[in-house]
Amino acid sequence: MAINNEALQQQLVNDLLLESFDGLDRFDRALLALENGQGQPDTFNVIFRVIHTIKGTAGCIGLGKIESVAHVGENLLSLLRDGNLKLNPAMIAALLEYSDALKEMLRCLEMTGQQGDKDYSKLLEKLKQLQTSEAAAAEKSSVGEVWGLFEEVEPETAPAPPVVPAGRAPAMVMEKIATATAETPASRPVSSISDTAIRVDVGQLDKLMNLVGELVLARNQIIQFTGKAKEPTLLNATQRLNLITTELQESVMKTRMQPIGNVWSKFPRIVRDVAHELGKRVKLVMEGQETELDRTIIEAIKDPLTHVIRNAIDHGIEPPAMRAAAGKPDEGMLILRAFHEGGQVNIEIMDDGQGINVARVKQKALEKSLLAPDQAAVISDRDVLNLVFLPGFSTAEKVTNVSGRGVGMDVVKTNIEKIGGSVDLFSETGQGTTLKIKIPLTLAIIPALIVTSGGERFAIPQVNLLELVRLESEQARKGIEVLYGAPVYRLRGQLLPLVYLNRELKLLLPGAETSSSAVQIVVLQADGRQFGMVVDEINDTEEIVVKPLGKQLKGISCFAGATIMGDGRVALILDVLGLAQEAKVISETRDRTLTDKAGEQTRADERQTLLLFDAGENSRLAIPLSTVARLEEFPLKSIERAGGQEVVQYRGQILPLIQVSQFLPLAAPETTRPDPVQVVVYSESGRSVGLVVSQINDIVQEILTVRREAPRQGISGSAVIQDKVTDLLDVPGIIRAADPDFYRDRKEPL
Amino acid sequence: MSQNSKQYCTFFLNGLFFGVEVLNIQEVLRYQQMTRVPLAPATVQGLINLRGQIVTAIDLRHRLELPARASGVLPMNVVVRSEDGAISLLVDEIGDVVEIEDDVFESPPETLRGVARDLIKGVYKLKERLLLVLDTERTVNLSGATLLPSESHN
Repeated sequence: MAINNEALQQQLVNDLLLESFDGLDRFDRALLALENGQGQPDTFNVIFRVIHTIKGTAGCIGLGKIESVAHVGENLLSLLRDGNLKLNPAMIAALLEYSDALKEMLRCLEMTGQQGDKDYSKLLEKLKQLQTSEAAAAEKSSVGEVWGLFEEVEPETAPAPPVVPAGRAPAMVMEKIATATAETPASRPVSSISDTAIRVDVGQLDKLMNLVGELVLARNQIIQFTGKAKEPTLLNATQRLNLITTELQESVMKTRMQPIGNVWSKFPRIVRDVAHELGKRVKLVMEGQETELDRTIIEAIKDPLTHVIRNAIDHGIEPPAMRAAAGKPDEGMLILRAFHEGGQVNIEIMDDGQGINVARVKQKALEKSLLAPDQAAVISDRDVLNLVFLPGFSTAEKVTNVSGRGVGMDVVKTNIEKIGGSVDLFSETGQGTTLKIKIPLTLAIIPALIVTSGGERFAIPQVNLLELVRLESEQARKGIEVLYGAPVYRLRGQLLPLVYLNRELKLLLPGAETSSSAVQIVVLQADGRQFGMVVDEINDTEEIVVKPLGKQLKGISCFAGATIMGDGRVALILDVLGLAQEAKVISETRDRTLTDKAGEQTRADERQTLLLFDAGENSRLAIPLSTVARLEEFPLKSIERAGGQEVVQYRGQILPLIQVSQFLPLAAPETTRPDPVQVVVYSESGRSVGLVVSQINDIVQEILTVRREAPRQGISGSAVIQDKVTDLLDVPGIIRAADPDFYRDRKEPL
Repeated sequence: MSQNSKQYCTFFLNGLFFGVEVLNIQEVLRYQQMTRVPLAPATVQGLINLRGQIVTAIDLRHRLELPARASGVLPMNVVVRSEDGAISLLVDEIGDVVEIEDDVFESPPETLRGVARDLIKGVYKLKERLLLVLDTERTVNLSGATLLPSESHN
């Protein structure tokens, strides 16, 4: 923990500096007011609190000298505050000198990281003397008459600890200071910490964010307008406006970000206490405290993380004796790690404890009828682990104060999912457990799909979206079947319950329902269940700014909020879970559906969803759909060449293209290239490659029985799919042949 | 402004003359495009975009159980401050800001019935007409009995 302690210490020192400089300024002002006879009854409390806080904080972070100097003044001030002494000019002079001394030490601390070696004993002596000197007390004071009014104030009412500044400025200053250690305070004017950081009300930042959102809208309108104009000056100005707005938006977003270390800072204490209580020894390692998150998310993950940490110490890490027997060091390791990846924040909580006992989880699930016996026989270890997220599950052999009451992991999962995150559990018996949490960077701006229904636009958060299905009129008539009034659609062999958004929201205009040429189904997932939502029109995906609804509308569970669209109008954001419950797609008894789901998954595991396509002539190929990121069409003229390879620009990146037919020995090469070209985007470990195929045929779900033959180049085997022999494409093999670098610096999976 | 008088922003609704203390008013706007909210109480007419802030618009005629506005007539927005933030009240027409002495105030008559009894704080007896003073905090609070879902189109 040494490294982290250092960072923590620096943070605490920063806070102390920021707060103390503020405080001492107040101290001086108050003292001068008293000298001029303008003291309020509260003035002495103010200055006492300033010193009390400095003393307390300095003591906490081991700045002994500052603490002891502050202490002497505090004694004098407490006598003054309680009216036991009367203020006189000598005292005012001494107290001002004392304030200067504190400032000097703090400045020295800021510049050099040391408290300085100046001797203040003379001043301290003077202060002590003033406390006892009757003569001093007897002297006339111009402000003496108000003393009796002072109220006794508990030291606990000292001002609340400051909000930890999220800014980079203090950190940068501290770095600068670290490099300039040898210099004396006066020799070089380094900007002081209180000059580079200011405290800003969070409401102010929210307001700023709103205004920026509005600016973005205005900018969009101007861009639309100037698109038609041909005035070069106007075009230039618009271009600049565009750039500045984007930059401004990013900067304002950043001001709302806070390092995750703000939440973590209390964990060392929790770990220590919990470990102590359970008689265990645990070493906490924290990595990536500087990882920044929106403040609303920081709030939301605080409790789930605390719970997970308690769990890890309670259930994960073994008592020292047991660890020794297993040949592990006495002290257990608990690692907290946070990092950014792909626009999301990843948090990992790892322990090197006993891991999760799969057999025991299974047994427990059976006991609590969370799992049916026939399912238990076939369920994979991976799925067993996920059972701990079910409500009412707890494997702790005894219920402790710390955990094991069966409310726990399900709440963690629900809370994380509520903010659009996901939780994954990995465990190896005897080696430890890892919990991986992925959460979005911000809740304020989310990607969403915009749809139209009943003439109104709605935004659907992308996290709930699985796929889009369009049925042409003929298909629609045949494809949608009705069971006792409940419409369903067979999506790759499974029944998908359908919800008509316009009916659900009572948006139906009389007589409008019959005119359906094509049906648009948005396949959504909520609480582990899939359902299809039928909408009139699918518009586009967009980044939207989420705004809350007024309390008059809070009772409607179908909406999660509202947003402002590019044209300045308001659109509602659908709450997919609420909508699903409203439409009775998700039954209210959750346990039952989850048991079903566990069974469904195991059955579904045997089936595979495959993408069928052709590459060149006479070749029928398939790859698992799970490896396909997207299907795209690119116009032939958008294909460029780079590094001897065909590439296209794709979502701001360069996507290398691989002509599949070139790597298949038997496929006859195509004579003419179609335009546009069909591309299957394949993604692995965050890298993508485009497989150029000649035609995409279908998506099927099949129980795959692979007949392995002598492997040919680019083919991993063959199977009968839809009564036809189909080759399974060996995508990694082809990529390796086409682009040997693709796998080179790929991250090792954990 | 004398000690014993208050300023009121006035507006008309179905021929009645209403007033809200200016301190409670954020701004007055002409008709804004609205997004209707399905499943919302009928009193909620929709949502408007007020410089990036999403504001709920309440149909004051419906709230006060007055007959509906003739179709084609666009209402005005009186944006009031409430505990829950800004809320827009849709009214027929905006009047002047008037300063009224406290001594012409009277509690609502006992014979006042229905929802108006709850929402009208009192009456100022002006020379030419009566000014009804609206309790905005109660008006925007829909959690009472008036929270009935809008009649749906079947």
